[in-house]
Amino acid sequence: MDLSAINPVLLIASLMVAATPLLLAAIGELVVERSGVLNLGVEGLMITGAICGFAISVETTSPMLGLLAAMLGGAVLSLLFAFLTQFALANQVASGLALTLFGLGLSALMGRSYVGVKPPAMAKLDLPILSDIPVLGPIFFSHDPVLYFGIALTAAVYWFLKKSRAGLILRAVGESHDAAHALGYNVIRVRVLAIMFGGACAGLGGAYISLIRVPQWTEGMTAGIGWIALALVVFASWKPWRVLLGAYLFGGINVLQLNLQAAGIAIPVEYLAMSPYLITILVLVIMSADKSGAPAALGRTFHASQ
Amino acid sequence: MIALQKRPTPSRALSLATPLIAVLITMIAGGLLFAVLGENPFEAIRTIFWDPVFGEFAFYYRPQLLVKAAPLILIAIGLSLGFKAGIWNIGAEGQYIMGAIVGAGVGLAFYPTESRLVLPLMILAGAFGGWVWAMIPAFLKVRFGTNEILVSLMLVYVAEQFLASMSLGLLRNPEGMGFPGSRNFSDYPAANSWINEAAGLHWGMAFAFIAVIFAYVLLNRHILGFNIRLTGDSPHAARFAGVNPTRLILFCLGTSGALAGMAGLFEVSGPSGQINIDFASGYGFTAIIVAFLGRLHPVGILLAALLMALTYVGGDLAQGNLGLPSAAIQVFQGMLLFFLLALDLLTNYRVVLKKRGAA
Repeated sequence: MDLSAINPVLLIASLMVAATPLLLAAIGELVVERSGVLNLGVEGLMITGAICGFAISVETTSPMLGLLAAMLGGAVLSLLFAFLTQFALANQVASGLALTLFGLGLSALMGRSYVGVKPPAMAKLDLPILSDIPVLGPIFFSHDPVLYFGIALTAAVYWFLKKSRAGLILRAVGESHDAAHALGYNVIRVRVLAIMFGGACAGLGGAYISLIRVPQWTEGMTAGIGWIALALVVFASWKPWRVLLGAYLFGGINVLQLNLQAAGIAIPVEYLAMSPYLITILVLVIMSADKSGAPAALGRTFHASQ
Repeated sequence: MIALQKRPTPSRALSLATPLIAVLITMIAGGLLFAVLGENPFEAIRTIFWDPVFGEFAFYYRPQLLVKAAPLILIAIGLSLGFKAGIWNIGAEGQYIMGAIVGAGVGLAFYPTESRLVLPLMILAGAFGGWVWAMIPAFLKVRFGTNEILVSLMLVYVAEQFLASMSLGLLRNPEGMGFPGSRNFSDYPAANSWINEAAGLHWGMAFAFIAVIFAYVLLNRHILGFNIRLTGDSPHAARFAGVNPTRLILFCLGTSGALAGMAGLFEVSGPSGQINIDFASGYGFTAIIVAFLGRLHPVGILLAALLMALTYVGGDLAQGNLGLPSAAIQVFQGMLLFFLLALDLLTNYRVVLKKRGAA
């Protein structure tokens, strides 16, 4: 084993890259859950976003268009979930599962001709002096734009939920849809918009994996990141900045175990690969004692007839 | 204006009819999908749904139906108990893998002993493996209030890694010339789950029938089954009636884990033959669709599993004959669940035409 092969600066830089898809998907799901809807279809939305983004950027040779297509794909697919849960009043757990199963199949179908294709590369930020600073340069100033967008999005969601009137309405809908309805707010519209936002974020997160982090297309390549994103929202007690913290923590664990694999540590590869999932369970156990942050109407179906 | 009015009780007739309507709509939507993929939709639908049962080579495909249906029935019966009570075990795939590993491990430990006791021991071990894996989310939920959906699902990924580790390490065939995978159970008669391989019949099908009867009796004739249904319909009423939620969680998750584990064991010692990296085949997830399509009713699940097995077998056939991608069948199965959930609206609500302003 050779631990000196692990470069701490590169470790932190790649940690931020590994954390970004998680952050994007989790921040979207956070908004959905704050509006009182539990969307378990994040994994399906991510993998659909991954293939939409990949296919469009290969066809147009523009990574930016690919990312937009991924957001659009995620949002459109999430409309299916919105229709089932908000208009057909179906069970949210079952609908979310249906979305994941459907998304995994759909992406495999769409991605058949893209296996082994190389996507166009995304340009990285390259500032004249800042990017060349040792240590700080690679960590802060030489990433792809989506990574910065993820952090900005976290700040924007924080501001939206905490300071804006629309965010207040969204939270009211999530805490008590009956009260919000009585006040004259359109519960269904708020929730559909939140679900679409969540879908777009998950789609973008998926495309980040297939276009920037890996970058190639393989079936089922999200490998449970969507589910970890769901766990992350619980971990964060439904607070945006803690989602960022959690995403970096999980990104760090994942990058570290990959580095340990490469360094040839005595633990078998399979057991190292289990670690992100086991740690997710551990974190869930620790955090589940405190449910005070959970929106009160989470997972409940709303029908205006009562 | 169209409005929805909640029915006092769900319509029984529609509850029975919606799965059939959902299947029909899925066939139409699936036909459109196949047309988009450049296939003749009628030929594709006929290949998937007609040929395996009534076609020229049906004698070959009919046994395959039983082989595919057995694990789906076993797993879905277990899942349906929990789903009825609002306990969501969606990690059956992991319990299926662990049951196969533990059961196969016990069987391989006895190799090459020829004894009638080997297979029963393996079945017990398989059920135990699945049970233990399901008790992890059950215990964490009971003790710490941890969400069982996320924990059981995370454990699927852990089980997949464990499977890879086992088939490359501990359980690898010592005479396999370094290839991954365990000894093949087809070379070990005492540990073989086939009853009649030509008819597609293995002990898993027998246990699946037992599970259907067991679940039916439990839900309709036993207080535990009544408590499960009561908790699902009205958790508050259940608590007032003195239902112990802890025991219910342990029972539902434990039973579904044991059944999924058994399904894994029957698969590994019969149709699949060995523990290997690619052993996991997604039955644990498809069983979720089966459970819903069967309306969480034991007999419904039996029929739904046969239908789902038909899409597997027919899908393989369409892949071979028409070049239809295997993922198309996955999309097809996903669509089925979508339409079913959407149509459930009609079971629980009545669509009424109201004049605006009449209220």
